[in-house]
Amino acid sequence: MSVAVQVVDVSKRFRLYKEKMTSLKERVIHLGKVPYEEFWALRDINIEVQEGETLGLIGHNGSGKSTLLKCIAGILLPSSGEIRVRGRVAAMLELGAGFHPELSGRDNIYLNASLLGMPKREVDRRFDDIVDFSELGGFIENQVKFYSSGMYTRLGFAVAVNMDPDVLLIDEVLAVGDENFQRKCLDKVNSFQKEGRTIVFVSHSADLVRAVCDRAYVLDHSKVVGGGPTAEAIGILRDYQLKGSGLNHDPNAAEAIDQSDDSSVGSSNRPQSPPALITSISLLLPDPSRGYAVPNDIVSLDLHYESTSLQEVLVGVEVTDVRGELVFSATSEDLGFGSYSLYGQGEFIVELGPMPLLDGMFSVAASLYQIPGGARIDWRPIEQAFKIVNPTKCTGMVNMPVSILQESGS
Amino acid sequence: MLSEQGGFEPEDIAAISRRHSSGQLTVVKPKMSLRKRLTNTYRYRDLLFGLIGKEISVKYKNSALGIVWSMLNPAMYILIYFLVFQKVLKNGVPDYAIFLPSGLLVWNLFQTSISAATTAVVDNAGLVKKVSFPREILALASVGAAFVFFLFQAIVLIIFMIIFRVLPTWGYLWLVPIAMVALLIFASALAVFLSAVNVYLRDTRHLIEVLLVAWFWGTPVVYPYMELAVPINKHGLLWVYLLNPVVTPVVTFQRALYGKVSPISTNAAHAVINILPSAGQGWYLTHLLVTIVVGIVLFVGALYVFGRLEGNFVEEL
Repeated sequence: MSVAVQVVDVSKRFRLYKEKMTSLKERVIHLGKVPYEEFWALRDINIEVQEGETLGLIGHNGSGKSTLLKCIAGILLPSSGEIRVRGRVAAMLELGAGFHPELSGRDNIYLNASLLGMPKREVDRRFDDIVDFSELGGFIENQVKFYSSGMYTRLGFAVAVNMDPDVLLIDEVLAVGDENFQRKCLDKVNSFQKEGRTIVFVSHSADLVRAVCDRAYVLDHSKVVGGGPTAEAIGILRDYQLKGSGLNHDPNAAEAIDQSDDSSVGSSNRPQSPPALITSISLLLPDPSRGYAVPNDIVSLDLHYESTSLQEVLVGVEVTDVRGELVFSATSEDLGFGSYSLYGQGEFIVELGPMPLLDGMFSVAASLYQIPGGARIDWRPIEQAFKIVNPTKCTGMVNMPVSILQESGS
Repeated sequence: MLSEQGGFEPEDIAAISRRHSSGQLTVVKPKMSLRKRLTNTYRYRDLLFGLIGKEISVKYKNSALGIVWSMLNPAMYILIYFLVFQKVLKNGVPDYAIFLPSGLLVWNLFQTSISAATTAVVDNAGLVKKVSFPREILALASVGAAFVFFLFQAIVLIIFMIIFRVLPTWGYLWLVPIAMVALLIFASALAVFLSAVNVYLRDTRHLIEVLLVAWFWGTPVVYPYMELAVPINKHGLLWVYLLNPVVTPVVTFQRALYGKVSPISTNAAHAVINILPSAGQGWYLTHLLVTIVVGIVLFVGALYVFGRLEGNFVEEL
């Protein structure tokens, strides 16, 4: 297999002007020296895409993934380094970019195709395919300004995919349009894959990347921080997402949450020595050397407490995802384990699972409640969120057991 | 048949043919060689024609008279200049209604090209940011569209020539296409240069509007070439006049279409007035060829500047 796209030591520098000076007068006043800050959108990027492969570029907003795609497309020129692309490239950065509202759909197909570098006689040959794919029918003779946004997008996509590209660059465009259209786009991407075309796909949707890509690179702060098979790359992405999210509780922060929480509940007896405390909480993965869980793993929560003497205490557990949304919450009573009596120091082991979750970063917190009145005695989350890595091609939120049977017709 | 032999799926065949056909290698680098730039632009020639066509069909869409407007505009200019210079100021040029348009059309082509091209890249910011294509085509399309409008406006001149029963000077007519080429090359060079500069210095367009007014009067369109050439030649400054690359194409058009070198004035004195240089075809050809050579050098220089500035277009727009 040969290399379809080779990115060698590519860096891209942007100049951020404190104040945009685009007039001659202002340049003269500042004697040609305009104050600016340098910003490296890409730094020493090295990437190879094999022919026929579908490669994902993932990263959070501002990581440089779209800039890299624009460089591969030739829209931006890198500040240093070079990119070699074999074969015809079609970039789908914005569908219908370059459509002129006053022209008919037909004229716009020709204009747009020539913008993408296709000679007129070749457009003649593919014209019917494009119209078929766009499902515009007779509307093709109407001015584009009368099109609905759906028609506009369909026409843009139809032109781009009918360019017969060897390398297709896609940036988030599949996220637009209605579901029918999205399915159609994905079908087209699948058929491109079967035909052995190379696809570079940029998205911040891990699910879409998992569904489409064979391999992915993770970008963070203008650099490639990792790459590999899609599931692995998504795991790396989760790690980096975690750094920027609020899921990493340091004990002080937990304390702060704790206190604000208590005051909102209005428990005024908190300043007194509390009747019971969670002294430590830790999460055990079934395979600690791996560093992450997979769907259907059983993870356990090790909970140490210290107490005076308390009757009828409930243990609560809650699981939250990376956005802080509650995934699951229950108390020992809800789960049918009833209540406990606490004397001195002790330990609870809470087994969670098999985890019916597909992938993501999750946090777990435990709490103690007093049955009379239901007041919360203590609450404490684990210090490090844990990661579930999904090695399968399934996407979504939950790991649903599904079986399919075929009943033969005759 | 293939499937019988080895179980090839149609998709495999597509993949195989793809592997053989896709030899073309694109390299994206901070700098592009001039030859690469020219071949790349040539590859996109269909886009050039597409953009010119778009320019023309969009300009007069939704207007009742359509393309007629582009003829009425010069017709009005000709009428007013004719009244002012011929009837009020009595400049004495015979058949002024032919003299004027034969130069004015050429000037209009130049002026429209330059002012449209200056804003071409900025006006198409949406395209430049989202699609990869040789951006100098935007400037060249402005020149191309101006050329198409020039052809429509030439119809006005032909109508005037029929009305006033003026025949072209057949012996000089072959110089007209050469003059056209000379002007288009020079206009393209300036267009490519200015379209890039205007991205960084947005008031270039205003500067150009002002300069074009001065440039217009530095070109023998309204007044005859000899009226300025003779006095400045006495100071040995004729070369300064000829440094204006628009002069030679304009004078060539006037020589071929208007043709009166030293006619009798239409004023009461009936003296002889000198309008055009009394030189042979050789003089015109030499000057045009010099203009073409200078134009090509400038065009190459403009492409070089464009290439240097192009790298940061997307951020500046």
